[in-house]
Amino acid sequence: MKTITAPYKIKGGVHPAYRKELAREQAIRTMPVPSLLRVSMAQHLGAPAKPLVKKGDTVLRGQRIGEPAGFISASVHASVSGTVKAVGPAPTASGAMAMAVDIEPDGNDTWLEQLTPQPNWSALDAKTLTGIVAEAGVAGMGGAGFPTNVKLSPPPDKPIDTLIVNGAECEPYLTADERLMRERPEQVWTGIAILRHILGAKIVRVAIEDNKPDAIRAMKKAMADAEGDVALVVLPASYPQGAEKQQIYGITGRETPSGGLPMDVGCLVENVGTCLAVQDAVVNGRPLTERVTTVTGDPVAEPGNVLNRIGTPYADLIAFCGGLRGSVAKVISGGPMMGFAQGSLDGATAKTTSGLLALAPGQAPVYESLACISCGRCVQACPMGLLPCELSQALEAEDYDLADAFHVMDCIECGCCAYVCPARRPLVQHMRTGKARIALKRREAMQKK
Amino acid sequence: MTTSDDKTTLYTVSSSPHAHSGASAACLMFDVIVALMPALLAAVYFFGFDAIRLVAVCVASCVGAEALCRKAMGRPVKTALVDLSAVVTGLLLAFNLPPSLPSWMAVLGSVFAIGIAKQAFGGLGYNPFNPALAGRAFLLISFTGRMTAWHAARLPERWSFGGLTADALTGATPLGMVKEAVRAGDPLPVAMDGATTVRFLLGDMGGCIGEVSALALIVGGLYLLYRRCITWHVPVCYLGTAAVFSAIHWMVDPAAAMPPHFHLLTGGLMLGAWFMATDMVTTPVTTRGLIVFGIGCGVLTMTIRIVAGGIYPEGVSFAILLMNAITPLINRATRPRLFGQRRKA
Repeated sequence: MKTITAPYKIKGGVHPAYRKELAREQAIRTMPVPSLLRVSMAQHLGAPAKPLVKKGDTVLRGQRIGEPAGFISASVHASVSGTVKAVGPAPTASGAMAMAVDIEPDGNDTWLEQLTPQPNWSALDAKTLTGIVAEAGVAGMGGAGFPTNVKLSPPPDKPIDTLIVNGAECEPYLTADERLMRERPEQVWTGIAILRHILGAKIVRVAIEDNKPDAIRAMKKAMADAEGDVALVVLPASYPQGAEKQQIYGITGRETPSGGLPMDVGCLVENVGTCLAVQDAVVNGRPLTERVTTVTGDPVAEPGNVLNRIGTPYADLIAFCGGLRGSVAKVISGGPMMGFAQGSLDGATAKTTSGLLALAPGQAPVYESLACISCGRCVQACPMGLLPCELSQALEAEDYDLADAFHVMDCIECGCCAYVCPARRPLVQHMRTGKARIALKRREAMQKK
Repeated sequence: MTTSDDKTTLYTVSSSPHAHSGASAACLMFDVIVALMPALLAAVYFFGFDAIRLVAVCVASCVGAEALCRKAMGRPVKTALVDLSAVVTGLLLAFNLPPSLPSWMAVLGSVFAIGIAKQAFGGLGYNPFNPALAGRAFLLISFTGRMTAWHAARLPERWSFGGLTADALTGATPLGMVKEAVRAGDPLPVAMDGATTVRFLLGDMGGCIGEVSALALIVGGLYLLYRRCITWHVPVCYLGTAAVFSAIHWMVDPAAAMPPHFHLLTGGLMLGAWFMATDMVTTPVTTRGLIVFGIGCGVLTMTIRIVAGGIYPEGVSFAILLMNAITPLINRATRPRLFGQRRKA
């Protein structure tokens, strides 16, 4: 085990106010089970799961209530034992509609002992372990929610030699990953070791930003006896150090090709929360039914890091943290740079809910479509080497072919461009619209063929 | 399945990011105005009431023209005025005028700068040419005589109202005197000894009101760099190219050429390199593009000053305007490498 600094410098990026002090020193608190849980079938990237229960069914904690509906999809489990009150469409954090299962807890919180705990996991082969991860419904908990078992099954021509564990947590305000690394470093490390074993990866890199010295210390201790090419990589604190492609480059110097995946450069990136979920699934036989969410922002009375059941309504989560004070302009699922603004507190947590952030009116910027003044700051800030100014003008003119030629599909929506724009143009909104329109066009073209 | 509750509070929903650096166009323009203050003080010091008159006339007529144009086009007036860009254009246009220019000509130049060069194209952000330079070029072509009638910067006369005597008007700019001598085959009229260099650095010479004091312009330019309103690329590449170009000329033909520091300190080079060629709207957005732009401005400026045989002794305005014209092409040719696009082996 060694400690290194990131050998390669990523392009662009910004330095937003981190505001992590609001929740950083708050130890993880376990929240009591609320009176109703709403478990969405679309908590992961890819096809939403298919509900396996109907109204009136009784379920146990850890029971599978949604099955994968495609190759890129994930199982969903009941996060409490109780009665299904309803099955129907509900909005996800991004505002899209997806089926959700409402569960009224029975107060017993009985587990369905479905998975066998495997404390001697190192004796098992990769296929068996990947199967356990799939059955436990583990999906990337950093925010994107890519089904973990899919990532762990690369095609034979794409061998993975490097496992990168993302503990950067570069989103301002969020501290959930930092708390996990500080409070449960051994379990996180066990999860990493399981992933390493599954992949047969020679190189393991645990990446943490240099503004989290306590997390670095804790992880160093947990990893001290690790054998082989294992290193803790200290990243410079800047945004977006935690973006997958940027992180791979910063650590290995490898550039994930345009339109490609990390496995194209022999890498796999997992968030620390995901590593913990893998550990819980394999060692304890527990499917993913809970996660740590940072509830923060100046209007929150008692900001903190809350271990909550997946499907916990935002309103209950906020109430557990003392409620909201003063006027609130925005409530965001996730962090301020990439999170989703919520119209109300009606939503519920998912596997990807890393944070719930409330912003006071003065803190939520208003973006207007003033004319671009060609200052070039977005070009400097873009970590992907795009010209956001030019792209947004093409998209405002609804010239999707031009935007496609200018590589809008490579945009990672990190928000650096809009963050620095002096004309306050809603650049990310333009990119998102353009990407959706181009994806639609491509699908239509495929169907015609 | 959404709960309908009368007490449900609704929050603002918009696309991420939900954070902003706080930068605004008005902040940037305000910084430019602050950065122009040393040069304005120098202008008032050297040219007296004429400097105050021209700045006041240009700023007022630029802001007025901006408001009238927006109103005539049925577009919001206030949003265009609060970004302070018309004030910046007014200041820069005034800085590019000779002290003796009649006020009505300054008004005309301002109206052209804002009305034709800026608002006719759609306002701030859409103008292909630097409005102040377009205004100056318009005046130069229309009133060549008055735009090239200089008087030496000498203090006592400047501080007497209407004290312009016929003698004072005969003073020429150092660049003009050199060009004239070279054309006539006379010996060079200016010797760049230590005293002259200091005099030129401070701004004690004939010229447009805001261009004479290189020192004041450098101070302002450094402030812009410090405030990160501009990057080093354009000023360094522009001034560097001009210095190299003139140094080569000087070494090849010392009898008919002036040394590099003469060229750096005279004419509109400092004003152009720090304040006109760094105008965001009309210059490239890519880093490599800014380097190309700076070098191109340097080459064109010195070509007009030295190589071209014409009578026009100064090349900064037209060099920058020409480079403005090809800015979209420069942007296209200097796109950054896309992350994940393989480097050519």
